[in-house]
Amino acid sequence: MVTESLPLLSRVADSLYWMARYMERAENVARLLEVNLHLQLDLPLDGNQWQPVIDTCGESAVFRKRYGEATQESVVTFLAQDRDYSNSITSCLLAARENARSVRETISSETWEHVNGIYLRVLQQYAKPAEELSPEVFRDLRLAGHMFQGITDATMSHNEAWHFVRLGRQMERADKTSRLLDVKYFMLLPSASGVGTPYDDLLWSAVLKSASAFEMYRQCCGKISPREVVNFLVLDPDFPRSIRHSVARAADSLDVIRQGAVCGSVRLLGELRRELDEMDVDQMIRLGLHEFLDSLQLRLNAVGAGLQRDFFALRSQTESPTQTQSVGGD
Amino acid sequence: MLFEAYQTESFHDEMFLADGTVRPEARLLLETLQSLEEGHLQRSQRAAERMLLQMGITFNVYGEAGGAERIFPFDLIPRIVPAAEWDRMERALKQRIRALNAFIDDIYHDQRILKDKVIPEEVIRSAASYRPQVHGINPPGGVWCHITGTDLIRHGDGELYVLEDNLRVPSGVSYVLENRDLMKRTFPEVFEGLRIRPVDDYPGNLLDTLESVAPAHCGEEPVVVLLTPGMYNSAYFEHTFLAQKMGIPLVQGSDLIVEDGIVWMQTTKGPCRVDVIYRRIDDDFLDPDVFRADSLLGVSGIVDAYRRGNVTLANAPGNGVADDKVVYAYVPDMIRYYEGEDAIIPNVLTYLCWRDADRQHVLQNLDKLVVKAANESGGYGMLIGPHSTKAEQADFADRINDNPRNYIAQPTLALSRVPTLIGDRLEGRHVDLRPYVLYGKNIRVLPGGLTRVALRKGSLVVNSSQGGGSKDTWVLAGGVNGH
Repeated sequence: MVTESLPLLSRVADSLYWMARYMERAENVARLLEVNLHLQLDLPLDGNQWQPVIDTCGESAVFRKRYGEATQESVVTFLAQDRDYSNSITSCLLAARENARSVRETISSETWEHVNGIYLRVLQQYAKPAEELSPEVFRDLRLAGHMFQGITDATMSHNEAWHFVRLGRQMERADKTSRLLDVKYFMLLPSASGVGTPYDDLLWSAVLKSASAFEMYRQCCGKISPREVVNFLVLDPDFPRSIRHSVARAADSLDVIRQGAVCGSVRLLGELRRELDEMDVDQMIRLGLHEFLDSLQLRLNAVGAGLQRDFFALRSQTESPTQTQSVGGD
Repeated sequence: MLFEAYQTESFHDEMFLADGTVRPEARLLLETLQSLEEGHLQRSQRAAERMLLQMGITFNVYGEAGGAERIFPFDLIPRIVPAAEWDRMERALKQRIRALNAFIDDIYHDQRILKDKVIPEEVIRSAASYRPQVHGINPPGGVWCHITGTDLIRHGDGELYVLEDNLRVPSGVSYVLENRDLMKRTFPEVFEGLRIRPVDDYPGNLLDTLESVAPAHCGEEPVVVLLTPGMYNSAYFEHTFLAQKMGIPLVQGSDLIVEDGIVWMQTTKGPCRVDVIYRRIDDDFLDPDVFRADSLLGVSGIVDAYRRGNVTLANAPGNGVADDKVVYAYVPDMIRYYEGEDAIIPNVLTYLCWRDADRQHVLQNLDKLVVKAANESGGYGMLIGPHSTKAEQADFADRINDNPRNYIAQPTLALSRVPTLIGDRLEGRHVDLRPYVLYGKNIRVLPGGLTRVALRKGSLVVNSSQGGGSKDTWVLAGGVNGH
C-alpha cells in the first residue's frame, strides 16, 4: 500500500525554494562572467563590456559606490568574490548551502553533498585575486549548476519538496532572462535598427550565450536578428531558459503543490502563463519591450510575495523569533 | 612498517597483550594491516577525511566565530569487541537502564527509594537536573529514557567500568553509522574473513522505539518528528542524519504550535498533528512556560500537552535527575534496590565532596584525582589532577569548598588504548566506548557503539570539543550464542 507522505513544513518549503533560487542565481552570474570574459577577447581595445554586466545584475549604484569604474578586475571581484554583496557567486553559494543544510533531511544525500562540494570547491578556487580567475572556474560552476538540476531530478522523488525546488529554479530563471534581455536590448538597439557593425552579431551572440541559448537559437531561427532573439528568449515554448518556458514549468509545479485549491500565488502565476502563451513578439516590441519586461519582473515579484503568504509564512499567533531563520529574501 | 615501533607501554591495549602478541580477536585484522603496501593506510585515511568534509559530516564548535564547522576526526584502525565480552556489556547495559528507568519513575511518583533511605533525599532535591514540574506524569509504557548513550571505559586492571550515564540528549550515534560506512568505502579489505555485527538497523529500531511509545489515541502510524535546536547546534548533523534515515520531519521550535493541549506543526497545507517528538533540545529550553522563560528554541505549552498525554516526548523531561554525577554514585544501589541484583559492570570509584571524609581525601589528593562538576558534560568543568598546575588545583579547591555538592572526584583512570594512525605510524591512544540503548516496548542495544579516542599523546579526554576523534567499533558475531 502506498502511504501518503506528510505535507512539507512551511520552513522547509521556504528553504528548498531559496536553495534552488540561489543555486540558479550563482549559475547565472557565472555564465554572465564566463561569456563576457570570452567576448572581451574578440572586441576592439576600447570596447569595454563590463559596465553592462553590472547593469544586467541591476546593481549599478551599489557597484559605483564601492568600486568606481567597471573593469574586468573590479566586476569579477564584485560579482564572484564579494561576500558583502549578497548576490555575488560566493554569497549565493553560501546561502544555497545554508538553506540546503537546514533541509538536509528532506533533500537526498546526493543533493546535499553536491551543494556542499561546490561550495567548498568554489571557496578554494575563488581565494585567488580576481585577475587570476580563469573562465574555467565559471564554466566549472555552470556545469555544477546543471548537475544540481540533474541530481535533484534523478535522486529526489518528484514530490512536493522537489516541486518547490523546481519552482524556485524556474522563478529565478524567468527573472534572470528578463533582466539580461532588458539591459542588452537597449544597449544594442541603436545599431540594431541601422546598419549592423561587425560587432553586432558578436554582441547578440553573447546575449544568447549568456542564456546558454546560442546553439538552440541557431537550430530554430538561423540568422541573428534582434527580433528573433527577443522572440526566442521570451516566447519560445521549448527552450528551457525562455521566460515562457520557465513560467510554464513554475506554474506546473505550483499546480501540483496546490492540488487544485485556489490561492493568490496560483492565480497570479496562471494569469502570467496564459498571457505569455498568447503574446506576439511584434506587438510586444511595438508597445515597448522595456515596459513589458519591467512589468513582468514586478509580476514575478508579486508571485514571490504570494508564495510567502500562501506557503512559507507561519500562521501561528504565538510565533516567536528564532535563531535559525532560513536564509532568504530578495 | 606500521607496527615496528609499537609499544603497549604499561597500558591495557585492546589489540595486543602485554607481551606484545596480538589478541586472538585482532589477529586477522593485524595480518591484513601488515599485508598493506607502504602508504596505503595513510592514503585511505586522507581519503576518509576528504569524504567527511565533502559529505558535510561536521560539528559546530561553540565559542568559535562564524559557526565554525569541523570534521570529527576519524581513525581507520577499529576497536574490536569479542562476542563474549559484548554479551556481558549488553546484559549489563540492559540491567542498568531498567534500574535507572525504575528510579526516575519512582522519583517522580512515590519516592520509595528515598523513603527507604537508600539514597539521601538531599541528593535529589539539590540535583540541578531534578524537575519537580514533571512530578506525577505517566509517560506511555512508563518509559523515561528512550535513548541512552552510556560511557564505558576499561581501566589498567583490564576491567570494564561505567563512567557516565548520558540520559538527557546523548549524541554521537550518527558517527557510529557513518564510521562504518566510511570504513566500507575507504578500507574494504579489512572486512575480509570477519563477521562483524551490522549497525545499519539503528534508525529503523529508533523509529520503532518511538512509535511504540506513541500516545494511546494514535492509530497504526503515529506522526513522529525530531525536534532540533537548529543548524547552529553542535549536533545538527546528527539531527538531520537521523531524521533523514528515519524518513521523519526535522522540526524546530518555531515550526510547532500548541493549541488546547495539542501539538501541531506548520506545513504548506496548514497545521498537522504531531504525536511523538524525539527532542534534541535540553529540558531547560523545551518550554518557556515551564522551564527557562527566555528560551527561543522551545515550544510554549508543549509540556502541558505532554502532561495531558496528547504527545510523547522522548527522552522524557526530568530524566536527567539520574544523570547527575552524584546520583551516578548510587546507581549500583539502585540496581540492587529495584532488581535485586549486583551491577554486572561496576561504577568507577567515586568520591562525593559533600561527604566530609570524601572531601578531605579529595582536597588532599587533587594532584592525583579527576574532579568533575556534577552537572556538566562534554568534558567541561573538569580537573585532571596529574595533568594540572598548582594554580588550577587551588582554583578547584576553592570551587569544591564553595559548593561541595556540585563536585565529585574519581581516580585518574588509565583508559585502555587502541593503535591509532599518527603521522606515518601507529601509536597507542586512549579510548572509551559509548554504546546506545533504545528503550520502548523492549530494550535494544546497538552492537558496539561510538569508540572515542583522545588523539593527543597521553591525553585522557576523548570529547570532540577537546581534541577527540572516533573509530569504528567492531562487535564480532558469536558462534552458537550469536544473535
